[in-house]
Amino acid sequence: MANTGSPCNAQPTPPIISDDKSHGQPLWLLAELTYKCPLQCPYCSNPLDFSDFGGELTTQQWLDVFQQGRDLGAVQLGFSGGEPLVRQDLIQLIGGAHEMGYYTNLITSGVGLNEHKMAEFQQAGLDHIQVSFQASDESVNSMLSGSKKAFEQKLKMAKEVKAQGYPMVLNFVTHRHNIDRIDRIIELCVELDADYVELATCQYYGWAYENVEQLLPTRAQLERAERITNEYRAKLAAEGNPIKLIFVTPDYYEERPKGCMNGWGQVFLTVTPDGKALPCHSARMLPIEFPNVTEMSLQEIWDTSPGFNHFRGNAWMKEPCRSCDEKDKDFGGCHCQAFMLTGDMYNADPVCAKSEHHHLIEEARERAEAVVNNPDEFTFRNERNSKVFAKG
Amino acid sequence: MSDIEITAASVPVLNKMFRFQWEKAQNCFVLLYPEGMIQLNGPAGEILGLVDGERSVAAITSELEAKFPDAGDLSGDIIEFLGEAHGQHWITL
Repeated sequence: MANTGSPCNAQPTPPIISDDKSHGQPLWLLAELTYKCPLQCPYCSNPLDFSDFGGELTTQQWLDVFQQGRDLGAVQLGFSGGEPLVRQDLIQLIGGAHEMGYYTNLITSGVGLNEHKMAEFQQAGLDHIQVSFQASDESVNSMLSGSKKAFEQKLKMAKEVKAQGYPMVLNFVTHRHNIDRIDRIIELCVELDADYVELATCQYYGWAYENVEQLLPTRAQLERAERITNEYRAKLAAEGNPIKLIFVTPDYYEERPKGCMNGWGQVFLTVTPDGKALPCHSARMLPIEFPNVTEMSLQEIWDTSPGFNHFRGNAWMKEPCRSCDEKDKDFGGCHCQAFMLTGDMYNADPVCAKSEHHHLIEEARERAEAVVNNPDEFTFRNERNSKVFAKG
Repeated sequence: MSDIEITAASVPVLNKMFRFQWEKAQNCFVLLYPEGMIQLNGPAGEILGLVDGERSVAAITSELEAKFPDAGDLSGDIIEFLGEAHGQHWITL
């Protein structure tokens, strides 16, 4: 993976502190259409206080944002949420985005989908449906999503996605409760004839951070899962199966941080249900004033808004990032992680072994060795629990 | 997997997973796929632009040789590129 953090070159470049705010195009536009969702996954990346943000952009406002994004060079559009199927105008949004030339991705739990809708979406120009699974068997899936019927529905929809000729990406979020079943997960994906499989260990933001103790696998669990994945890769390749298995490790087991979002405000732009423009889907938690698409053009937001320029360049850096010869590779890591763990978003990401706060990560790993699996300790992502975190 | 023999009579088809289009912002042809994009160089874009599931390799070659008369015999380059494209699962034959 890109975030292995190995020391890469023998010739350290002299530290250059640059206030260069240069940036690329927002190739990826993620439209979080709604925070509403029928499931309650305890690792949801939505903000804890989502119940505070009730308003949603109208159909016309979304289409306008999509056109502005396209004009800036965006080419991938993700419909996400919450559960995007909750939006009654989804088909209009798909149709509009398709006409603008986007590659359109529907990122869904599959709950609320049926073959009829799927065919209509395809006719409207939907390119790809990604179905997320919680686990390979019904009991863990139900336990984690808070819905008994969800698993059966997901399987049915995954089969239908393929039957209708869509490319199929299956997303399995893995964690200590299901990662030991990785063999079964992979076999299920092969049975379903998936094209891409993301075996993504939780990233600890939003609800997942709240539940990190019950989610973070041990190092032994992780190494076993990666070994088994590699064995399947070799076996499937030898059989001529073009399925791609993408294994994402949690950065809690790294010694260098990930180059988060390929750099702040470099390729990625998220718009929240109420129109807040963010350089990544977690950034809403940071003490930064982010612009709203109802008040500012996307071009102004991307090119000149203080929010998007906040961590561009490296003049903001403190030590150990400032003099680090890897700072152009990882950009100091993830600011949300620095903020959540240390209270200061200008600190180096504590995943980095050079960070004075790295012990926080090491302690989380140690806790993972000691924790007893107990689903009763999950804080599920729902309106009631969100109100605990909400200000309003 | 990719050690398939491509001949003048082969008819390449773009894999349904990919969409081929011109991107003004990148100033090149691209292949789009779920959550990703491959930027194609000039020759790759010209060749894939003619892959429609109907034209044979021979037809693609003669069209491109007519379009670029100074380039000489292109058949070797085209077959080599299509071999790579097949190895990447961009096309089937």
